[in-house]
Amino acid sequence: MAVTSTDVVVTDTAPAASRARFRFLRGGKTRTGLLILAFFVILAVAGPWLAPYDPDAMSDQLLQPPSADHWFGTTQTGQDVLSQILVGTRGVLLVGFLAGILATALSVLIGVSAGFLGGAADEILSMLSNIFLVIPGLPLIIIIASFVEDTGDMLIAAVIALTSWAWGARVLRAQTLSLRRRDYVEAARATGESTWRIILFEVMPNLTAVIASGFVGTVIFAVLSEITLAFIGVADISHWNWGTVLFWAQSNQALAQGAWWWFVPAGLCIALLGTALSLINFGIDEFVNPRLRTATGASRKVRMRVGFTPVARTAAPAEPGFTPVARAGATPSPGEPVPPGTPESPGTPSKEHSA
Amino acid sequence: MKYILQRLAFYAVTAWAAITINFLIPRLMPGDPVEALMSRYQGQLDTSAIASLKALFGLDEDQSVWSQYTDYWSHLLDGDLGLSFTFFPTPVGEVIAQSLPWTLALVGITTLISFLLGTGIGVYSGWRRGSWLDGLLPVTTFISAIPYFWLGLIAIAVFAVKWQVFPAAGGYDNSLVPAFDWPFISSALYHGVLPGVTIVLSAIAGWILGMRNMMVTVSSEDYVMVAQAKGLSERRVMFSYAARNAVLPNISGFALSLGFIVGGTLLVEMVFSYPGIGFQLFQAVGAKDYPLMQGVFLIITLSVLAANLLADMAYALLDPRTRKEA
Repeated sequence: MAVTSTDVVVTDTAPAASRARFRFLRGGKTRTGLLILAFFVILAVAGPWLAPYDPDAMSDQLLQPPSADHWFGTTQTGQDVLSQILVGTRGVLLVGFLAGILATALSVLIGVSAGFLGGAADEILSMLSNIFLVIPGLPLIIIIASFVEDTGDMLIAAVIALTSWAWGARVLRAQTLSLRRRDYVEAARATGESTWRIILFEVMPNLTAVIASGFVGTVIFAVLSEITLAFIGVADISHWNWGTVLFWAQSNQALAQGAWWWFVPAGLCIALLGTALSLINFGIDEFVNPRLRTATGASRKVRMRVGFTPVARTAAPAEPGFTPVARAGATPSPGEPVPPGTPESPGTPSKEHSA
Repeated sequence: MKYILQRLAFYAVTAWAAITINFLIPRLMPGDPVEALMSRYQGQLDTSAIASLKALFGLDEDQSVWSQYTDYWSHLLDGDLGLSFTFFPTPVGEVIAQSLPWTLALVGITTLISFLLGTGIGVYSGWRRGSWLDGLLPVTTFISAIPYFWLGLIAIAVFAVKWQVFPAAGGYDNSLVPAFDWPFISSALYHGVLPGVTIVLSAIAGWILGMRNMMVTVSSEDYVMVAQAKGLSERRVMFSYAARNAVLPNISGFALSLGFIVGGTLLVEMVFSYPGIGFQLFQAVGAKDYPLMQGVFLIITLSVLAANLLADMAYALLDPRTRKEA
């Protein structure tokens, strides 16, 4: 966190447009998050080559604690835990990002159309996303996945996407509603631009941060759901991912035998990846709502009283069209894509039907 | 009043949608689960089980999908969810009725604790923005990124295997007969400590964060500054002015999160072999006990809807604008 909030206000008075859009990449949190994520992406690409052993290969070194030969120890059948984790990274990231992309596409399609078109289309689409929002996702995923004989990575990603787009759609609808009557949109309409052109070139650019934040949130949810499915044994357990490692650890009583090295690394990897994604999300949220920035450096010594927050209210969006969005960036728990904040401004009653 | 009626209508539609999804899933899926089950339980399946299987999957070819659907509804309204295979010939309804109280107690209490505690900490850390409490954020982020079940595994490894302070599995001591007496209740509480603490630990971060962000946003509103300018005590401004308004989104978030908390708790129950419906679902998935799986899904969905409805009512009471707008 190199910049304090006050600095940002000053420097942002005349930002280059393109620089402003990616300004959220500059914060310390975001940078840390991106670094960790990059580390896992490299593992996902190179994992199978880096792995010192074949993850399936059994050896006679049964249930060994970490050593120079086996950094993360071995399993009950002498498999190398490090290799399993390395090989498994690819599946985790692939499903996570695939589901994230699919769900984000769905939520943009449904949320933006609902917000922009209004009327009956809005009613129907809002109803649809509200239903999907309330129906508990994880049990539904478990049921669907256990009905399907052949659960590959692609199918798991599709099912996760299908059950996790609703929150994003709702947030996007609320944002689009506030954008659609702005002057510049009206101007575009008056010059006779087509609806889809307006949506694509006038509305969508102003939703970038919200969409990005939703995407990152969905990836967290997808990763956790996928690992959970593997852990329960619903997904294909012959495919290595971190959940599969935990599945075998659990079913071979690693706990009772005190083989902590069998389940600790996978869990830490999940937590680390989740933290990295949450940090990126914080960065995006603070970009959207500058008041959320944590004070740093000198201002830490000053005890802040309300009303004397060092961020001027005019500082909010560098781009037109953003209302400050209070949105918790982190996913509070697995199977919970929804942070307990709401997209609407403080105290606004939930508008799902009144609007 | 209109608001409440609208919400009621919404939940009725959602319940209908959930039940219909439940009806459609086995019919839309490729493959023939009945065949698979028949061969799996070869010779062990009673004729009534086969009949209930057929009804469940709509194998009566002479029936149209529509009449299957109406049949499904009439069974449902009679409270007939079919027979469980795992506990054959116990009806699914009975299996669920036995396990539901465990889940309700565990989830209900821990959800409430984590909501209240998290919101409280969030109010404070949002108000004192920039203090050491900001240091909590990365820690809570990390904790919230840990999957429930893994936290449970670690808790078992440390407190049940290494130190053996708490039991590793089950909802009560097996030597006891469930009854409303002190030995049983204390044993149930004792067994609930580890699963409960892990749930609170991993759910609390989200509440802290949501509340903090709302507090930070609300604190710079004009009415808070006015309250401050009037010279009201800091406590009063913090709770009656800022927190009161900041908590509203958290309440609607609370309603929404109930569903996901139930989802997450499924896993805790699986890890701790806790006798709730999550554990039943786990066993049902393992045994391909489709009637039980579907029954559990239905019950989870309906209880989430009920909880949401209650939260909506609370919201309407707390926020006068909801009432006026309606």
